[in-house]
Amino acid sequence: MIPVWAQVCYVVAAVCFILALKGLSSPKSARRGNLVGAFGALLAVVVTFIAYDIDNLGWILLAVAVGAVGGAWGARRVAMTAMPQLVALFNGVGGGAAALVALLELSEPARAGLVKPNGFFNDGGWFAYAPLNDEAGGHTLEELERLAQLLTTGTLSATAFTILIGAVSFSGSVITFLKLQELMTGRPITFPGGPFVFGGVLVAALGLGVWTVATGSVTLAIILAVVGLLAGVLLVLPVGGADVPIVISLLNAFTGLAVAAGGYVLENALLLVAGTLVGASGTILTRAMARAMGRSVSSILFGAFKGGSTAGRGEVSDRPVRSAGPDDVAIMLAYARKVIVVPGYGLAVAQAQHTIRELVDLLEKRGVEVGYAIHPVAGRMPGHMNVLLAEANVPYEQLLEMDTANGQLRTSDVALVVGANDVVNPAARTSPGSPIYGMPILDADHAGAIVFLKRSMRPGFAGIENELLFDPKTTLLFGDAKASLTALVTALKSL
Amino acid sequence: MTEGVALLTVFVLAVFVGFEVVSKVSSTLHTPLMSGANAIHGVILVGAVIVAGTADEAGVLVVALIAVVLATLNLVGGFVVTDRMLEMFGGKRPPADAPAADVKEGGA
Repeated sequence: MIPVWAQVCYVVAAVCFILALKGLSSPKSARRGNLVGAFGALLAVVVTFIAYDIDNLGWILLAVAVGAVGGAWGARRVAMTAMPQLVALFNGVGGGAAALVALLELSEPARAGLVKPNGFFNDGGWFAYAPLNDEAGGHTLEELERLAQLLTTGTLSATAFTILIGAVSFSGSVITFLKLQELMTGRPITFPGGPFVFGGVLVAALGLGVWTVATGSVTLAIILAVVGLLAGVLLVLPVGGADVPIVISLLNAFTGLAVAAGGYVLENALLLVAGTLVGASGTILTRAMARAMGRSVSSILFGAFKGGSTAGRGEVSDRPVRSAGPDDVAIMLAYARKVIVVPGYGLAVAQAQHTIRELVDLLEKRGVEVGYAIHPVAGRMPGHMNVLLAEANVPYEQLLEMDTANGQLRTSDVALVVGANDVVNPAARTSPGSPIYGMPILDADHAGAIVFLKRSMRPGFAGIENELLFDPKTTLLFGDAKASLTALVTALKSL
Repeated sequence: MTEGVALLTVFVLAVFVGFEVVSKVSSTLHTPLMSGANAIHGVILVGAVIVAGTADEAGVLVVALIAVVLATLNLVGGFVVTDRMLEMFGGKRPPADAPAADVKEGGA
């Protein structure tokens, strides 16, 4: 039994996690909130080492050190543009850990010689104990009761759930990572009969889960984990292009629920609360992100099956466009009254966040009113662009959320679109056949003039052509975003 | 099992708290919030330490230690990367000499 003081510490840690999530909801309190959460986690881990009877201490501390150094190293080194991949990876390993913990818990009664008595509804109690087995020797009555408890239908259900969902989250996150890191194609991968295979795997997982609960068999649980891994892969493969980040959020919620169920298995209220918090908040967050893209979660997951995903054909049109040099564009910007910058992922890829800020500063010195219009899903992950601009010290007061930005765009002289494409594509409003139809967009087409800084005529992340590029109000400045912006800055200085 | 019911009660209440605390989050903070929530479930480390601490066979210990490494990666990496992002949000700002005229005040 865990001492009372330790349980009280766990409650404190749980409160820390709640405060952390609450703090993270507002820019002012976010950093402090995160530190409170980290403190809660530290407290919980230290208390666990003291309160539980921990053998193999040296090995465990070594493993913690390895994980801590690896995690901190990765987190410090990653470029802000690669943030979504890293979050996916951390989420995946968390899910994997939860599945392993549940598997090991399940193996404990078996190792002590306990078997679940036949029958799904037979809760066994500690009749499950097979006293003639020599290996069971050395267990106290209290331990045996705890082990028998692990074989009750309720606990076994939670165990099977943790193993399955943890495995799904692990393999799904790995595929997400590979897609975002561009180690595999970002396009949806479908194959004939895909939905049936996926459905079959789900049915198999369900059946194996029930069977595991009925028998308490470790072997079945391992097969369940393997089927879970397969299900995770099949879940994420057909998700394409811009939708992948939403899946990270969904898998994040999955891992949370797996950890919560793991808490039930271990009778640890802290794990239960922490996991549930993440599961619930992750669900809300997933829906909020999906709404920002004007899509439902189910259409994101299963859209490719119905041909409604955000993946276009990626064709390049050869229709005429109007392009201009940096000097002309600089003049347009310098003599505008109001300029709204629409940054996209291309800006980050070119590492041009600092240069755009320099340009904006120059314009402001000339008395031009400037703001940044931030689409909720600009970048490769919802809210990603805010992080990237914050890195360049752009005050977040200058970042306009979509509704405000659209009001401002209507009255602006120039919309400067840097490395963005899909988020200003009017097809989302006008052509019901388009894969992005219904996604709320930034109305750059309402500005007096539109300037696109683009590397080439290649379509954006979603792979569909943008009508706005061919609009008579539109001017294109071809080139790498950073080179173009630097040329603009030079041109502005010499005006 | 009364223990089970108590845990179920905690679960249901935690669901409501979880929904409530992030219901009004601004899209500005979606990325840090996702990564912060991600860090929190790394607390499965507690579970990994408990099973590793009761491992009595080499094979079991190895698997448990893998779980400990994975969970620590999640926990430590998650909090560090979230802090790194948020540091840029609230961190050192140049004096706001020329704030844009009609930008929205940063709201929660």
